[in-house]
Amino acid sequence: MAKNDLQGTLDLLVLKTLATAGSLHGYGIVLHIQRASADLLRVEEGSLYPALHRMEQSGWINSEWSLTETNRKAKYYKLTAPGRRQLAQAEESFDQLVKGVRAVLRYA
Amino acid sequence: MGMLRRFANLFRRSKIDDEIAAELEAHIALRTEDNLARGMSPGEARREARLLFGNPTSTRERVAAADTSLGLDNLARDLRIAVRQLRRSPGFALTAILTLAVGIGANVVVFGVLNSMLLKPLRVAGGERLFQIEGQQEGDLSQSYPDFDDFRSRNSAFSGLAAYRINQAGLSTGGSAQRSWLYQVSGNYFDMLGVEPALGRFFHQSDERGANSAPYIVLSDAFWRRRFNADPRVVGMTVDLNKHPFTILGVAPHSFNGTELFFWPDFWMPMINEEQVEGYSFLLKRFNHGIYVIGMLKPGITPRQGTDNLQAIAHQLTREHPNEDDGLAARLVKPGLMGDLLGGPARPFLAAITVLALLVLVAACVNLAGIFAARASDRTRELAICISIGSPRWRLLRRVLVEAVLISLGGGVAGTLIAAALLGGLTRWQPISEFPIHVTVSPDMRVYAIALLLTLASSILPGLLPARQIWRTDAMQAMRTGAASAIIRRLTLRDVLLSVQIAVCALLVTAALVSLRGMVRSLHSSMGFVPQGAVVALTDMHMGGYSNQSAFPVQRRMVEEAARIPGVTAAGTIDDAPLSTGGSSSPVYREGTTDRKASTSVTSARYYSISPGYLQAAETKLLAGRDFTWADGPATVKVAIVNQTFARRMFGNASVVGRHYLSGDGTSIEVVGVVEDGKYESLTEEPKAAMFFPLAQATEGDTSLVVRSGLPAAEVAPALNRMLTSIDSSLPFSVQTWPDALGLVLFPARVATAALGVMGLLAAMLAITGVFGMAAYSVSKRMRELGIRVAMGANPPQLVRSALGRPVLLLLAGSALGLAAGMLTTRLLAFLVYQATPRDPLVLAGALLTMTLIGLIATSIPAARALKVNPAQLLREE
Repeated sequence: MAKNDLQGTLDLLVLKTLATAGSLHGYGIVLHIQRASADLLRVEEGSLYPALHRMEQSGWINSEWSLTETNRKAKYYKLTAPGRRQLAQAEESFDQLVKGVRAVLRYA
Repeated sequence: MGMLRRFANLFRRSKIDDEIAAELEAHIALRTEDNLARGMSPGEARREARLLFGNPTSTRERVAAADTSLGLDNLARDLRIAVRQLRRSPGFALTAILTLAVGIGANVVVFGVLNSMLLKPLRVAGGERLFQIEGQQEGDLSQSYPDFDDFRSRNSAFSGLAAYRINQAGLSTGGSAQRSWLYQVSGNYFDMLGVEPALGRFFHQSDERGANSAPYIVLSDAFWRRRFNADPRVVGMTVDLNKHPFTILGVAPHSFNGTELFFWPDFWMPMINEEQVEGYSFLLKRFNHGIYVIGMLKPGITPRQGTDNLQAIAHQLTREHPNEDDGLAARLVKPGLMGDLLGGPARPFLAAITVLALLVLVAACVNLAGIFAARASDRTRELAICISIGSPRWRLLRRVLVEAVLISLGGGVAGTLIAAALLGGLTRWQPISEFPIHVTVSPDMRVYAIALLLTLASSILPGLLPARQIWRTDAMQAMRTGAASAIIRRLTLRDVLLSVQIAVCALLVTAALVSLRGMVRSLHSSMGFVPQGAVVALTDMHMGGYSNQSAFPVQRRMVEEAARIPGVTAAGTIDDAPLSTGGSSSPVYREGTTDRKASTSVTSARYYSISPGYLQAAETKLLAGRDFTWADGPATVKVAIVNQTFARRMFGNASVVGRHYLSGDGTSIEVVGVVEDGKYESLTEEPKAAMFFPLAQATEGDTSLVVRSGLPAAEVAPALNRMLTSIDSSLPFSVQTWPDALGLVLFPARVATAALGVMGLLAAMLAITGVFGMAAYSVSKRMRELGIRVAMGANPPQLVRSALGRPVLLLLAGSALGLAAGMLTTRLLAFLVYQATPRDPLVLAGALLTMTLIGLIATSIPAARALKVNPAQLLREE
């Protein structure tokens, strides 16, 4: 049984984003998810930042302050090796969730 | 790492908060920038960014919570709150900490003693493989040298078997001799134990080449420092032991004190040279039992196998020497406490004291639980408010538990410090002036671990009782009716706990009183002699260079001159006074017994050599026949005076004087007198057979000159001193009152009484605070009710009854329970304390009086408060 919930999904989105984009600040993550999902998914800041800090405590990502293109200080997040493993696991788990949900929906 | 970071975050909370704020601020700023780029006006751009972000404060809180998600932050807050709470009520905190310190301290002391007496083997390498070899009977640890030699050479289970014997000798370095304590040991003693000298060398088995071939001694560290000022040049120096020259080989290490735990000798000498110190040789006498044997099992050999091996040899020896070794047996016991002579009774007693100490701790915890419960119920309203505004119960619970653990830690640390100080004092203490005994009980890691464990365990009960209360708090109920009606009519857990505590206290008080009474009685009981009013001069004629025979005329002069000292009513000598450490037994036979061995003997009888006048000086009652005279000598017929038990066992109820029996070596002896029974080895012993020989017929070097006088000892002793010095100034002797000389035999009973007394006192203290706490609390809770009663016309007795009825009832129930338990358990004490019987009106009355006193002390202040109730004022206040 795949362990999954909304929070797990947010973690997956963030991890995947960081895996493709390398190093990003919170706002960048929000924009990337919005763009990549063709405006279908909108991540709320109120959920994103607690999730980022929790994942950092878990050692999946780490952070660093640096300057944006517009010369503004922002906190940049980057995937760690445990985070990469977590991403693989979460992706597989999500695939199963989708398969499962789809199977239920098709059953008629 | 994550854990560590979280923990570290606790202490950098404000810095983290700033960082989170900056991060979130940056987010809004970035969006604002984008909005501007998309062509919004600055105001609009900022507004839209904020709107999308939502509530920044709540987000900040949640981010911060993610950073410290283990809840450690809350724990720190609880800790701070607990400290603040305790600081606000220092009386409560102090009482609680002291209560626990008493309980934990007592336990750490008891465990410290237990640890060093019973749990730790002798401090030598492989100490756990070291065993004392004993005979079949408990306390029968004396062996003969030839038997030891055979055990040693024939066994295959031990890597070594060594013999030792504790004795005294006069040691002089040119001047006058001093009585010193020594170990005579077999040559392999140090090598078997694996001890290395701190200075010089030890002697070895290879140094032994027949009797008196190894005139060497090894000094103990303490003696070397005391007597020789720690001079390293003593190695090679010659000293005189009982006027025979011995060479100092070396000094033992500081921590080594031989193979008895608490005995610290001055030096060690080879047993092969014992004749020069003892005045006679026991090395070839198989029937002469006087040495202790200790052995180191080979690695991998079990004690069971070791015993079997020695038993087989014992059976061989019995076959080879049917007379001397009849009934020879071997048993392995833990060494260090004179086999099980001391170890036997010490073990159950220490176990009992441990249980009592734990009971004291339980009483302390019960007390503490009561105090905590009272506090919690005083805060019922506060708790109800917390619960009703949504504070989770477990958080309140955690707060109370944190408080309990904090108190326990305080009590534990205080208790351990007190205990460490007490153990230190105990180690330095020399309980008996004549004997080099030190109860070395330095606390080790094990003791501290136990202290920590007890501390944690003792925080559970006081924490859980209020927890139960919190769990059951009904917010509605508590808020509506306020605090005043929280009186519970049914029997609560607290009531049960309090009566248990009182029972424990009553039990300890009873036990302490029983042993105290036994002590007092043992001092005044019939010991077969009257120590009060007698002075004893102790010496060993061998220390003056005399042999047993040549000592006799000098001893006679001593007795005759002592009798001439003004004020002296009687004087006489005995070789080893009854109830001193020395003395021996020998089997006796009916006339005509030809095959003399253990199974054909009538009884084993203690034997003593006494001079004429001794019986009078000791006030030993002569029941029939005559006392010895100086005319009973080597040339006249062999005679003896026997005690009642001897007479009954040997001759039945018939008249005894003039009849004959056979001594251990088959000599026919005529009984000329019968004396009363007495105590010979210990105060608690069963009646023993004893026989007394005239000194002239059984010469002896050991001399206890007993002098009886109506004058105070302080006047007799100097005169005795002068007299003895004038007879032989080189002879070392000690002069003491006879009761003082009995210190050793009373020592176990004294220790038992002191230990029980201290425990009883602690328990009484705790019972008083416990009852007081409950009574005071019950009065304070019912002030309003009492006020109404007064207003309705209740008189003082009625008032006190309603205020204190419950605590007093508990006190009575608990006391009754404790006294009953005390009656049952004092049977245990009978092993240590002379005539320990609980069926003693004085003990019973004493225990009742103590408990009444405790009750009065504990309830008087609350009662006074209840009587001072002013209804008008009270009703106005509420």
